[in-house]
Amino acid sequence: MSIKIENLSYIYDQGMPFETIAVDNISFDIENGEFVGIIGHTGSGKSTLIQTINGLYKPSKGKIFINDIDLTDKKVKKSDIRKKVGLVFQYPEYQLFEETVYKDIAFGPKNLNLKADEIDIRVKESMKLVGLDFEKLNEVSPFELSGGQKRRVAIAGVLAMNPEVLILDEPTAGLDPKARDEILKQIEILNKKKKVTVLLVSHSMEEVANLVDRLIVLDKGKKVLDGDVRSVFKEYELLTDIGLGVPQVTELINKLNLRGCNIKETVLNVEEAKNAILKQLRGDSND
Amino acid sequence: MIRDITVGQYYPSESTIHDLDPRFKIIASFIYMISIFAVESIIGYGVVTLFIVFLIKMSKIPIKYILKGLKPIMLIIIFAFVINVFFTPGKVIFEYRIIKVTSEGLYRGFFMAIRLVFLIIGTSLLTLTTSPLKLTDGIEKLLNPFKKIGLPAHELAMMMTISLRFIPTLLEETDKIMKAQMARGADFESGSIVNRAKGLIPLLVPLFISAFQRADDLAMAMEARCYRGGDNRTQLKVLKYTRKDLIGSFVLILYVASLFAFKMVW
Ligand SMILES: Nc1ncnc2c1ncn2[C@@H]1O[C@H](COP(=O)(O)OP(=O)(O)OP(=O)(O)O)[C@@H](O)[C@H]1O
Ligand SMILES: [Mg+2]
Repeated sequence: MSIKIENLSYIYDQGMPFETIAVDNISFDIENGEFVGIIGHTGSGKSTLIQTINGLYKPSKGKIFINDIDLTDKKVKKSDIRKKVGLVFQYPEYQLFEETVYKDIAFGPKNLNLKADEIDIRVKESMKLVGLDFEKLNEVSPFELSGGQKRRVAIAGVLAMNPEVLILDEPTAGLDPKARDEILKQIEILNKKKKVTVLLVSHSMEEVANLVDRLIVLDKGKKVLDGDVRSVFKEYELLTDIGLGVPQVTELINKLNLRGCNIKETVLNVEEAKNAILKQLRGDSND
Repeated sequence: MIRDITVGQYYPSESTIHDLDPRFKIIASFIYMISIFAVESIIGYGVVTLFIVFLIKMSKIPIKYILKGLKPIMLIIIFAFVINVFFTPGKVIFEYRIIKVTSEGLYRGFFMAIRLVFLIIGTSLLTLTTSPLKLTDGIEKLLNPFKKIGLPAHELAMMMTISLRFIPTLLEETDKIMKAQMARGADFESGSIVNRAKGLIPLLVPLFISAFQRADDLAMAMEARCYRGGDNRTQLKVLKYTRKDLIGSFVLILYVASLFAFKMVW
């Protein structure tokens, strides 16, 4: 599924003295199967942006096309779009309500009017995807789980709808590093194997650097950068200015360059940094 | 839609109305409420309208913001109007099968709707211009005389303020949960009544859970800071009547007097 956004703006409390322009004239296209990171400082409008894409907020200005269907058109049924565009909210634990984990995950598929055996397959699949043990947990009340497990159940609840576009709003906030890596890994697999288009909202450069193909950087509601990860990280000063910074290894290379090294490439992880530094050292000794 | 509800919210701004003593404002609101139910004539409502518009102007709160607060209860107002129009016996001016519209009904329906509108505007004006802290203080002081007969004035005032304080929070929460469930394909807007009622479960369960959680957290936080209500509690800002309250009283008396003078009340 492709997403096309044209001059999109969203204003909270429009016309009131304390109106907030949360999304300010943003345009971009996302191709089918892309893995895009949306990154920005707290309050930069990330959550608002993705909720308009899901049809939960009506844009104040601009248009949104999902597979060439105009979301701002009154005749388009928003619920049909939501069946294709899955949205995992920031801190989604609060959406749990059923007596058992199984029933809660089945809520979405049930709303799609699927048959019981199809629902069963989907629940099992999505529990496996988020790393929950089906046999052990399917009859447990979701309220008895730990915070991290609740998060996984909530994510599974959206995955079970088999969305063609998956939007995740800071899915790893507040999770331990191991759980974070596991969940991100699964999202990556979904994108690579099942060709699900993924939009991952985050405010951590470290998290997205080695994961996404493309980065869209927001600042105060505006799109300031858009491109593949390396080209975005080249804008070191701009990123630092808007309070985001770059991953530590990228910063290390920047600092080395300031002290007289001359490393041209933008590095994203320790391995690349090691190679770049070694190359540099060898180059120096050759002179 | 849910976020339109402004009842119980505070609108920070600097105005004479904001500066008035909360005790005076609470009493004035009561007098105002009685007045809108006592007024019986069109001219009377003209005076009430003038009075409330004057207050809104003074409070520096945008009229638009106050009117926005009416939107969510529009349904109730229309309902009250319709019930009155169709079910008041009297001189029939329009008839179609079993539907009868009487002139008395129209008259009563109209006044009922107007009264509800004024009631909501007046009470929201009180909370919009009075910070929760001042409101508690005011309520507590006003309830003080009843302490003698065993009324826990401080606790009552505290409870009221906390409830007021949490109205917007709960609304936000409702909005958030609704959106999350809608993203999972829940439908709150269509279907039969039974289905709709069932559809509320995914909304209500998380809402209650988070409300209890919040209450628990708040109680814990208050206890952790050694909160102890009632006796011997002193205040940082002691309530004091000022000249503004004096002027305010004159305006209020003028308002009531003019209603009586023109025989607009029964
Ligand atoms: N319900 C709301 N009513 C009014 N203003 C809001 C509302 N929600 C968000 N805003 C404002 O809109 C702006 C963007 O908020 P948004 O939640 O989209 O930011 P974000 O990038 O998701 O931030 P975070 O990283 O903290 O989640 C902020 O200035 C915020 O104050
Ligand atoms: Mg957010």
